Amino acid sequence: MIDTAAFKPKTVYVIYIAAAPETVWQALTEPRFSKQYFFGFAVEIEPRTGGRFRLLWPDGRLHVSGEVTEWTPPRRLSVTWLVEGMKDFGELPQCLVSYDIAPSGDAVRLTMTESHSWDVPGDVLKGGEMGWPKVLSGLKSLIETGKPLVTGNEGPPPEFMEAVKAAIAAKPWLK
Amino acid sequence: MSKPRFVYVTYIRTTPEKLWSALTDPEVMKQYWFGVRGESDWKAGSSWRLVFPDGRVADSGEIVEAQPPERLVIRWRNEFKPELKAEGFTRCTMTIEPEGGAVKLTVVHELEQEGTGKFIDAVAGGWPKILSNLKSLLETGAVAFHEEKTQHR
Repeated sequence: MIDTAAFKPKTVYVIYIAAAPETVWQALTEPRFSKQYFFGFAVEIEPRTGGRFRLLWPDGRLHVSGEVTEWTPPRRLSVTWLVEGMKDFGELPQCLVSYDIAPSGDAVRLTMTESHSWDVPGDVLKGGEMGWPKVLSGLKSLIETGKPLVTGNEGPPPEFMEAVKAAIAAKPWLK
Repeated sequence: MSKPRFVYVTYIRTTPEKLWSALTDPEVMKQYWFGVRGESDWKAGSSWRLVFPDGRVADSGEIVEAQPPERLVIRWRNEFKPELKAEGFTRCTMTIEPEGGAVKLTVVHELEQEGTGKFIDAVAGGWPKILSNLKSLLETGAVAFHEEKTQHR
């Protein structure tokens, strides 16, 4: 098991959803839902701490791999997150993604926290900063309306790709 | 010290025109902003204020820029909490961009000068609630949740 205390929160996104905590938990952990809001990725997760976590492309190729570091339905899910499906990205250190689900009146507050174990440059964080609002807006729409939200599909910004390339070349996390 | 800043992005299944209207129509605002309504004629240079259901003024300022249905910039100061009012003016920029079958709404709220960030901390807690409610209202016709009457953000 990795030392989660070494990871510091860098990107936090909060969204309120008119649903029960159990419904939000299901949407986060079942592929029939994730395919409809997470860029088509199927989530595959072994339902226990220490279990395997993966995100798969529609054709079955691996995009993200990791390990469940906390499995507390329907309150908190934490997974390590290593992007393997993009060229060279697998050389970056894995990050930690946590979802906290808290009742808030008759709705729930979902908090996504992306944490890192190294001093990540701002441009590398842009990938997550751009992606999470789209993913979690889509999750809310799917739960509340039963229909997926159709957003644009532009890739990450060029400064993000360049910053990742620079980080992989310099490997500051080894110093 | 730096200039504290909060950024929030949400995607909503609606049109830019409907979103603009929801951001500027006091009767619609009341529904997703926990009873608070905005009062302005929403033109550059006009005064602007947020008013509690009981008539007290929560915040005031002026419209800096208004380009319906794309961009709204408000110069904004708190009026009801002395420690927040003391931080002075902030600037709130709302940008509306169509994207696929949705509309991307970006809210950037920043202090005009250096400061402690108390005001920005307060709006950082409020914007996700308000904008989640707005998204629900536009997509489903009902807000996600109602809050205690006393809080406005």
